[in-house]
Amino acid sequence: MLATWPGPPAITTVVRMSTLVSRVLREPWTARPWRATTNLAVDVLIGLVASAVVLGLVALMAIFSTLAGSSFLGLLIPALNLTGPLRGWTLVLTIPLFSALLWCTVPCTAVQRWRVRVLLGTSVPSPPWSRPTLVFGLAGRESTWRQLVYHLFEGFFAAVGFTVTVGLWLGGPALLLSVFWAPWPEVPLLMLLGVVAFHLAPWVAVGTVRLDLARAVTLLGPSRRHQLAALSAQVETVVHSRADVIAAADAERRRIERDLHDGAQQRLVSLAMNLGMARLDLDDVPDHARRAIEEAHEEAKQALTELRDLVRGLYPAVLDERGLDAALSGISARSPVPVTLTVDLSGRASRTTEAVAYFVVSEALANVAKHSGASRVDVRVSRRDNMITVVVADDGRGGAEVAGAGLLGLAQRVGSIDGTLHVESPVGGPTVLTAELPCVS
Amino acid sequence: MRVVIAEDSVLLREGLVRLLDGAGIQVVEAVGDADELLRAVADHEPDLVLLDVRMPPTHTDEGLRAALVIRRQWPTMAVLVLSQYVEERYASELLATETSGIGYLLKDRVADVGEFLAALRRVADGGTALDPEAVSQLLLRKRSDPLTRLSPRERQVLGLMAEGRSNAGVADALVVSESAVAKHVNNIFSKLDLPPADSDHRRVLAVLRFLKG
Repeated sequence: MLATWPGPPAITTVVRMSTLVSRVLREPWTARPWRATTNLAVDVLIGLVASAVVLGLVALMAIFSTLAGSSFLGLLIPALNLTGPLRGWTLVLTIPLFSALLWCTVPCTAVQRWRVRVLLGTSVPSPPWSRPTLVFGLAGRESTWRQLVYHLFEGFFAAVGFTVTVGLWLGGPALLLSVFWAPWPEVPLLMLLGVVAFHLAPWVAVGTVRLDLARAVTLLGPSRRHQLAALSAQVETVVHSRADVIAAADAERRRIERDLHDGAQQRLVSLAMNLGMARLDLDDVPDHARRAIEEAHEEAKQALTELRDLVRGLYPAVLDERGLDAALSGISARSPVPVTLTVDLSGRASRTTEAVAYFVVSEALANVAKHSGASRVDVRVSRRDNMITVVVADDGRGGAEVAGAGLLGLAQRVGSIDGTLHVESPVGGPTVLTAELPCVS
Repeated sequence: MRVVIAEDSVLLREGLVRLLDGAGIQVVEAVGDADELLRAVADHEPDLVLLDVRMPPTHTDEGLRAALVIRRQWPTMAVLVLSQYVEERYASELLATETSGIGYLLKDRVADVGEFLAALRRVADGGTALDPEAVSQLLLRKRSDPLTRLSPRERQVLGLMAEGRSNAGVADALVVSESAVAKHVNNIFSKLDLPPADSDHRRVLAVLRFLKG
């Protein structure tokens, strides 16, 4: 089944006439226009019945309410009382008619949805149905009134579309048969018209169906307001689940940091210490054995340093315990390019925000050391209201691009908490990286 | 010298006991958490406490808090804090009370057994042993103008002094003569407006006091 009903292909470049002509010639013999025509036929049947029901109910209501009105007036001016003893009933009858009018939208809409789903392969999203409701609830839904409008006019539109389409389908062959009935001089023109009509029919069928679908989606689907509400509910869900994912990732980093701290790091310290003790009593050991132990000792110390840097990069424990200000000392002091650090924060931000701010500084300093050739870095962290601003400025050669792997990852991490990252780095320097991070997440 | 050790990793705790035993230092008790530590310190009143920062139950900074409690209750007891990471904030907190008999070193330093034992003895004797990492972090935080007047070499010397080294120690570390170091030290004192003093210990205290601001 077709998912969409595209019209003729948009021709924007050089028109390849041969392709176009063969397309037009083949179109009447493909399945698409015939399926469209079938749909139009079904639409006419359903649409006319629904329109008749709705129109009938509206007409009855109009009659009864007019009668009720006149009988009400008749109380005041007896001469206008047309209904006499029936006047009480007219008003009473209007109410079930009104209910029937509203209720008839439910089965009519269901059938039309079914038609669109089965014949057009598209499902019209339903307006939000919180729960089944009584007449008053139905009247209170604007979707009911839109559906009513749809059913009121759908019979008419469907009939017009169907008539035009079928007229072209049948008119084409009929004109071709003009050979048998028309005067000879007119035959060529009539036959030409017949061919044109027959080849126009598929496009009209498909176009009519597109209009039909547009009507159904607009009037039977959820309103703009409901669509917006559904969309914003989705956005909220996404925001929440994103926050959960970020928190889970941070928790995972903390867990790995702690596992390494309690496991591998302790073992390595112990190993390095034992090798250090062994190294003290190496007097009567062969040369090569002593060298091996000395090298093992140095290797162990080196591994310890590397592991410590790695683990601290995962998640600095001091960030949780003493906050962002305290955590920044460590990375700033370890930076090979001398750092001037100015931190002006009052109170603690959320764990997530602090972690992101920390990694902004950490990644920025790593980039400065690797690429900038700078001799100084200025790191400033400040907080104004609910926004933490991190500025890392160096006096290096500039030319940094956000598309670079390091900065891209950083931009994503900043974006994950709805922060912004701005990098200004003209060739020749200086580079100024600014991150604005909201405190609440 | 009598020492109490607090370290939650059994492997490392036993290693440290062995290390100190081998150096002729008496370990009176070795425990695994901060509560046990405070009890053991009260029981034994050792000369020095060697402890880890992260210990059960919360694995955050209970060792550091225990160290501060010990410093308050037994001001003359030497405390040497070991940690996988040194943090300027922890160093400041440790140094905030009294700077004699205090040490704060990366755990890695125990691998260099000789230097570690020297630092431990220095702390036990009322001296100081600050990890170079802690010193550089403290220097970074201390941004009063006089420090900016120091040359890079003088900052290096100041850092080594803050670690607790004597002139000879600094000279060894920088591979220069002791007289050259003495010259740097005098320059540092004059640039930092500190009156020259002859005792190593007073010198370190002066530097630390300056670092603390």
